[in-house]
Amino acid sequence: MSSSRIDVSIEHKNAPASPDGKAHPNTCPGCGSHYRDDELEASLRVCPQCGHHFPVHARERIAQLADEGSFAEEAAELRSADPLDFFDLRPYAERLVEAEAATGLGDAMVIGRAAIEGLPCELAVMDFSFMGGSMGSVTGEKFARACESAVEAGLPIVSVSASGGARMQEGILALMQLPKTVCAVEDLRDAGCALISVMAHPTTGGLLASFASLGDVLIAEPGALMSFAGPRVVAQTTREKLPDDFGRAEQNLRFGHLDAVVPRPELRATLGRLLRLFAKA
Amino acid sequence: MARDAEIRLREKLAKLGGVSLLRGTKVSGEVERLQRQLERLRAETTDEDIWRSVELARHEDRPYTPDYVERILEDWFELHGDRGRADDAALVTGLGKLAGRTVALIGHQKGRDIKERTERNFGMAYPEGYGKAMRVMELADRHGFPVVTLVDTPGAYPGVAAEQHGQGGAIARSQAVMARLGVPTVACIIGEGGSGGAVAIALADRVLMQENAIYSVISPEGCAAILWRDASQARKAAAAFKPDAVHCLELGVIDGIVPEPPGGAHADPDGAARLLGEALALALDDVAGIPPDELRRRRRAKFRAMGVLA
Repeated sequence: MSSSRIDVSIEHKNAPASPDGKAHPNTCPGCGSHYRDDELEASLRVCPQCGHHFPVHARERIAQLADEGSFAEEAAELRSADPLDFFDLRPYAERLVEAEAATGLGDAMVIGRAAIEGLPCELAVMDFSFMGGSMGSVTGEKFARACESAVEAGLPIVSVSASGGARMQEGILALMQLPKTVCAVEDLRDAGCALISVMAHPTTGGLLASFASLGDVLIAEPGALMSFAGPRVVAQTTREKLPDDFGRAEQNLRFGHLDAVVPRPELRATLGRLLRLFAKA
Repeated sequence: MARDAEIRLREKLAKLGGVSLLRGTKVSGEVERLQRQLERLRAETTDEDIWRSVELARHEDRPYTPDYVERILEDWFELHGDRGRADDAALVTGLGKLAGRTVALIGHQKGRDIKERTERNFGMAYPEGYGKAMRVMELADRHGFPVVTLVDTPGAYPGVAAEQHGQGGAIARSQAVMARLGVPTVACIIGEGGSGGAVAIALADRVLMQENAIYSVISPEGCAAILWRDASQARKAAAAFKPDAVHCLELGVIDGIVPEPPGGAHADPDGAARLLGEALALALDDVAGIPPDELRRRRRAKFRAMGVLA
């Protein structure tokens, strides 16, 4: 993508900040190392120096997990409507168009049939770069369709969430995607299909309060924030000093809300093992 | 969209018209009020109407769950505790008789004075509260009792311990339990229907809202703080995401609006309770006698259809 942007082959402290003052997205917030895009892609977007997990776009995530050439996308044509004519500082319709132009995605989730280590499954992968991965009508619809597709084929489903929660611009209809996706999971359970939920950074708010928490197996990436309320809201409401690892995957594992924290380089093999375990004899 | 809502209100009016013949004059008041609502719907809800709902929904004298329980239910017996860790006073659960049948009731309780509000955590439940709700739902399912929920919360509590005890997972599982129940379920938003903490107990066969209740994905202040970066823009935010009952009905999120006495529920708690009790009983009648599998199928299909696609 931007391989010629910064010509350094090894980590480079204090990389140039972008004009708006934010750190460059390829600069590690953990240790300050800076990478070319192809370097990060090769390391699955995990910092080789400190192990920080950078965000992964949905399509790149699918390429990381699925057997080469196995992915067949479904429901790619779905787009959000603007039922409330929502307007904050800018119209929702404009934000949608912009998000699609920036990400090449129709919404914050990509679904489809794939195989992992030779085992067929349904995939539902979120993309945080599409409006913060927020869940609106289309996101919920895509997840429900992925469940239905899994049920129809008698396959397990693997979800990878990365979302701040419900999409405010769709108001109460965004909240209704919680019960909608929960109902889809219940149908999945009735059909005997497994849900393996992988939580990437962040999986918060309405995502944690719906399908992402309902997997038969719950996995998170190291350092992923998994809290219902964000740290800022909690700090403001309670005036408590938050623990350093507040809401992080490691804390959730300690408190019993997760089955495993799996580093990204081991994720594909872990999913392969789980799919073998859940495979119908 | 407004037309759909109008049709739904008309259908309900027609149905109530029929019922009033069978049950004397009791529901005629409701018919009248529904007709008023229909007129209001035609007149389009204004931003002022929406903000008035926000204020009335949060009115400090607004009747809460216990105020309705004592007026609507007979033989009330409160059930305490999640059988694991705690008894969360922000969610009240128990058994009682509604129009002659035993129901399990689950409702938020904000607390009336400052002492009680502190005890009840202003109606913001911990995961233990949802744990208690799930336990009572399962009890109801075992015994064939319909489940009635009264929603009135600013939201689930955002605290360190609540997160450590698994707030998100508890809200998800509570919805999952409701999606699985084989007994009829009716939810009514009686004040604030604040986000996940509300929907956790509102995945029901029939979802109603009182006339001046609000149901929303985030509080107006929270939305303003995030989107406008200024919490004082709450009025603008509310006008944008439209949490009032008429809009929720229009969007297909709720099945009906429960009228309130003139001036709002707080002006006449007895009258509000009578109207609420009648609406709950009617809604339960509506889904009574449906076999469990069919009931579950219809409930899930209803929520499966929610949302608007381009």
